[in-house]
Amino acid sequence: MEARIPTRMGDGALVEMTRSEIKADLEEGTQIAAKKARAPELTEDELDHLLDIYASPARFTAVDIGDEVVMTNDGTGTKHIGNRVQDLQTFEQVLGVDIIELWQIDYSYKAVKTNVAHEGQSMKIAQLLCTNPVQYGAMPDLGRYSKPDGPIPNWSELLPMGKIDEARAAQEEAAEMLITDINYVADKMVAAGTDGIDFDTTGAAGDADFLAGLRACRMLREKYPWLGIEIGMASEFVLGMHGQLEFDGERLAGMWPKDQLRMAQQAGASIYGPAVNINTGKSTAWNIARAITFIKPAMEIAEIPVHVNVGMGVGGVPTCVYPPADATSRASKAFVEILKIDGY
Amino acid sequence: MGTGDPLGMESAHTQASGMGGMRAAGDLVARMQMTRRMRLKAAKRYVADKLGCTPRDLSDPLAMEQIRLDNGLGTLPFTSAVHPDEPGMIEAKFNIARILDIPINCVERFKTRARI
Repeated sequence: MEARIPTRMGDGALVEMTRSEIKADLEEGTQIAAKKARAPELTEDELDHLLDIYASPARFTAVDIGDEVVMTNDGTGTKHIGNRVQDLQTFEQVLGVDIIELWQIDYSYKAVKTNVAHEGQSMKIAQLLCTNPVQYGAMPDLGRYSKPDGPIPNWSELLPMGKIDEARAAQEEAAEMLITDINYVADKMVAAGTDGIDFDTTGAAGDADFLAGLRACRMLREKYPWLGIEIGMASEFVLGMHGQLEFDGERLAGMWPKDQLRMAQQAGASIYGPAVNINTGKSTAWNIARAITFIKPAMEIAEIPVHVNVGMGVGGVPTCVYPPADATSRASKAFVEILKIDGY
Repeated sequence: MGTGDPLGMESAHTQASGMGGMRAAGDLVARMQMTRRMRLKAAKRYVADKLGCTPRDLSDPLAMEQIRLDNGLGTLPFTSAVHPDEPGMIEAKFNIARILDIPINCVERFKTRARI
């Protein structure tokens, strides 16, 4: 009888599976992703490597010495320990992350705009007290511009009524407001000394959200050639909430990581962050094979650093409040060793 | 790109595959990714050449402690308390900008505001 190995589900639950069952999940994960994204399945060698990582009862795993990558961390000034700057110092000095990020709990450029002077003051203090690069992060969060939160007619209400043209016009108008707000906040943060700007969870509201991020990125790159600009995505696929929007003549709706990366590169981003969401009902082995299959075509053409999202609920890390180190470290090792990524 | 919600994942990721930030030289490699859009291998090689060490040294806290002290690149405040005359934080970033030959925004603004 085949031995059972402790492993995790996508919701973090500890279960036991045989090596054959884990292998089957890896194969199914890559097949499903390949079919969806019209990408190649992982090779036998890659699946064998993943099997070695995931069919192990070890509590923790890690990359080889010398193969370490850069850690960008959103949400590092979180007031876990003290004030936000003290938390940045903790992430820098105790945890040893490489890029730390100042942010506020209402993680949206629209919300930050009203509080930007206070945020700038915190950035200035952080820059005096930290050695690591400190970036400022928030979500583009296009939905915040629609009623009842914003002034624009709500396209999610217009679409079910069949008002397609009105819904598209609303998204285009909201995108212009968002681009203005991102530039406004970024200008203030640059004046306060930031090393970079993070567009976190870009595309959360679909193709108009992604377009606003790309256009704002290009504007910032023209103003600040040295600025770190990170475009991190909301999911593996750009939803076509508008459906017709283009950047540099290419339709954004329906883009998978490879094309998302090409757009980020063209817009002038410093770092691109693909995100592949977790299926909580499947094993972490199934999820990691699916995530790596989606991202692999992007790695093959990357000219800028790629920092994969490997936080709670994305990139093979379970969706639970305290992601277990066994699952997190396996995802960490898998992305580095299979995809040769540049960071997290 | 970030490890998402900050409830313990950072400790697992940094131990599993992280460069160690300013505990080693991850902050310096990160600066090359941010300012020059360098991919990891090129960024590690660039920093190693500037510091006269190997790319593997950049993730080694023991090797980097001495290299950082030799070059004034900043060490943890706890250890730099034993070396009170060593540059720390904003002072170290002046040296990082010069040695890596990159602009660091807060350093440039410090110079402007201090009329240096």
